[in-house]
Amino acid sequence: MAHEHAHDDAHGHDDHAHGPDKGIMRWIKTTNHKDLGTLYLFFSFTMFFIGGLMSLVIRAELFQPGLQFVDPELFNQFTTMHALVMIFGGVMPGFVGLANWMVPMMIGCSDLALPRVNNWGFWLLPFAFTMLLSTFFLPGGAPAGGWTIYPPLVLQTGNSFPILIFAIHLMGISSITGAINIVVTILNMRAPGMTLLKMPLFVWTWLITAYLLIAVMPVLAGAVTMLLTDKYFGTSFFNAAGGGDPVMFEHIFWFFGHPEVYIMILPAFGIISSIIPTFARKPLFGYASMVYAVASIAFLSFIVWAHHMFTVGIPLAGELFFMFSTMLIAVPTGVKVFNWIATMWGGSMTYETPMLFAIAFVFLFSIGGFSGLSLALAPVDFQYHNTYFVVAHFHYVLVPGAVFSIIAAIYYWIPKWTGRMYNETAGKWHFWLSSIFINVTFFPQHFLGLAGMPRRIPDYAVQFTDFNMVSTVGAFGFFVSQFIFIFNVLACCYGWFGRTRNVSNQVWEGATGLEWSVPSPAPYHTFEDQPLVGDDGMPVHGDAVAAAAH
Amino acid sequence: MASDAHATPNLSRYFVPAPSVWPFGLTVALILTVYGVSGYLEDRAIPTTALITAGVALALFIIFSWFRGVALESERGLYNDMVSRTYRWGMSWFIFSEVMFFAAFFGALFYARTLAIGWLGGEGEKGIITNSVLWPHFDPSWPSNGPGHVGGTFETVSPWKLPLVNTCLLLTSSVTITMAHHALKAAHRRACVLWMLATIALGSTFLYCQATEYMEAYKELNLTLGSGVYGSTFFMLTGFHGLHVTLGTIMMISITGRLLFGHFKPESHFGFEGVAWYWHFVDVVWVGLFIFVYIL
Repeated sequence: MAHEHAHDDAHGHDDHAHGPDKGIMRWIKTTNHKDLGTLYLFFSFTMFFIGGLMSLVIRAELFQPGLQFVDPELFNQFTTMHALVMIFGGVMPGFVGLANWMVPMMIGCSDLALPRVNNWGFWLLPFAFTMLLSTFFLPGGAPAGGWTIYPPLVLQTGNSFPILIFAIHLMGISSITGAINIVVTILNMRAPGMTLLKMPLFVWTWLITAYLLIAVMPVLAGAVTMLLTDKYFGTSFFNAAGGGDPVMFEHIFWFFGHPEVYIMILPAFGIISSIIPTFARKPLFGYASMVYAVASIAFLSFIVWAHHMFTVGIPLAGELFFMFSTMLIAVPTGVKVFNWIATMWGGSMTYETPMLFAIAFVFLFSIGGFSGLSLALAPVDFQYHNTYFVVAHFHYVLVPGAVFSIIAAIYYWIPKWTGRMYNETAGKWHFWLSSIFINVTFFPQHFLGLAGMPRRIPDYAVQFTDFNMVSTVGAFGFFVSQFIFIFNVLACCYGWFGRTRNVSNQVWEGATGLEWSVPSPAPYHTFEDQPLVGDDGMPVHGDAVAAAAH
Repeated sequence: MASDAHATPNLSRYFVPAPSVWPFGLTVALILTVYGVSGYLEDRAIPTTALITAGVALALFIIFSWFRGVALESERGLYNDMVSRTYRWGMSWFIFSEVMFFAAFFGALFYARTLAIGWLGGEGEKGIITNSVLWPHFDPSWPSNGPGHVGGTFETVSPWKLPLVNTCLLLTSSVTITMAHHALKAAHRRACVLWMLATIALGSTFLYCQATEYMEAYKELNLTLGSGVYGSTFFMLTGFHGLHVTLGTIMMISITGRLLFGHFKPESHFGFEGVAWYWHFVDVVWVGLFIFVYIL
């Protein structure tokens, strides 16, 4: 391999080491993974804020029975858009932003494999979401048929219908290009010595997530295209009179939708698997089993989709198959939770903010996992389907699951990004308030669901009032607590606690991995030359390798 | 691979492209287009034609400029082996995503044929009631436009006329593009261009036949996009395939142009190979279509 590269080395230098453009054009034209990672994260932040405001409208309306603030149609628009904004605008871009920042630093390369495509993948998102959010101001309002966009209901959407479809197409293009970029970077651009089974878990989980994205986003694109032609071009895919079947949409949608669930949690597993060993000061317990567990979860995610559809009337054999395949997922997930706990066992633990969020993740995500296991039982699901129990379940895996992991990741890596340490006291306040309020918000929803309160309704029977009031108080408390986080992040970025960038390369005492071998803040192009990675995952004497290059 | 790299570290530097305005511009172009199309579909009072025209024109200009820029970078020798592998991996995964896109429509076809139509006709537990309550006289046979006879009575396209011709055309074109590839590797540029022209001619003839078939279907067979689930799956599958053939043909025309400009070297020509991979993919999809849509 080396001789093939000898002549390439002479080229490549010309087009190297570009500084960024000035002002706004830097962000419009940038091909740098760190710039784009920052853009993704700020975009994700904005979307969490907008989606959070929508959830406050929903919770305010549900504070007591009767209609207070919004009429039912507007309520439906808010529930639908809350989900779309949080899933496609908040969680997914948040993880892509983290991958942008960290994957090249973790595997020892200069940038993602396709930097211009990376720029495209990002900029599609703000435009697509502006377009989607603008539908609130169209006659007929925003889409209101639920984020699962089931026909025939969704086909009754007015002016905003084609905008919804095209926005999903554009988000799909963004996800697919982003995923291809990450897969190719990981498969092709690892530094010498960075073998597959030496890669940090965050890189592994993203490799598998990206594979899932490439496999299922096109299926969603196909599904929404069929909706579009059913509405405007007279096709009968989901029209029983023409020989189609509305349930077919649910199958196609959930063939996308269930892997999508893991797309939103696997990178979180990677983050937690990075943080816990650092603060337990022990290597990750069962590294290889973690990799196999993630791969098994990804495989199983393709054969469990109809557990979202137990009550539509699928044949008994289908109910049984999807029930048992779903319960199988508990096995690799159990392996992961066991390994995280075993990593902490006997470790020299300290409890900085990222670690607190990571431990909360393990505990609260497991609660979400257990409620998922209850829902996996087909006969039980007949009772719980479409109730607040389901809402409680997926919010437990998504908020103290996915969102906590993103928050933990930002606390963990922001010293590396900015060169400044966040404020630990504010971080701890943020953690405790978030953890308390998130449980105040979502735990009572389990009881509401078990008692029979249906989801996606603006009004309810009086006996549900108390728990709904508690839940609303929790939601407002959680939202307000996040201002501590915003303050802490901006303080790091803009140096409000002192402008000096005085964080060491390693930042955390127990941290290992390539990203901790470079200066904080990391240089604009992290590895101008490939490092040689040793068996411990750290670079083998950087100077010697650089000298050999010239 | 990484383990032998361990022994002899690969020390070449990376190719890092300069900041570029093309991706942002392409986003703007796409937004203009889809916003125009959504306005058109809903008859809204916005200048849809202007939006679509501006969007498509801008998109075409940017796609051309962006690819031209990449081709010129390649010809200037800026790309090393790592970039070459990046493009190979990237193209492979892109084709995989395309496969999954078609899988959605093939899935719809199989589901409708084997499950939905049967249930509507009274098969299985859930079918009995649907059938007896809603459509007691529905005969569940394929092809079908459903119990509502959506789109009226229609006939299907015979696989052994134009579709068979089209199968021969595409299979032949896969051979000719491979011949072109061999010629390029043997540094026989003239032969390569001739084989490419043959491939383009075959692709274009395919498109012509497909258009003829569509016209016959609409005019003589009363088979339309609105002919129930048969018409929907037939036209969506063959239509998206035709779109991909069109795209592939345009890609082949552009690489043939590059061949005439003296681009590509016998040992390094991924622009060519990428198009060839894409063309083989389009070919394989057609074989699937020929079997599952036309014959069975």
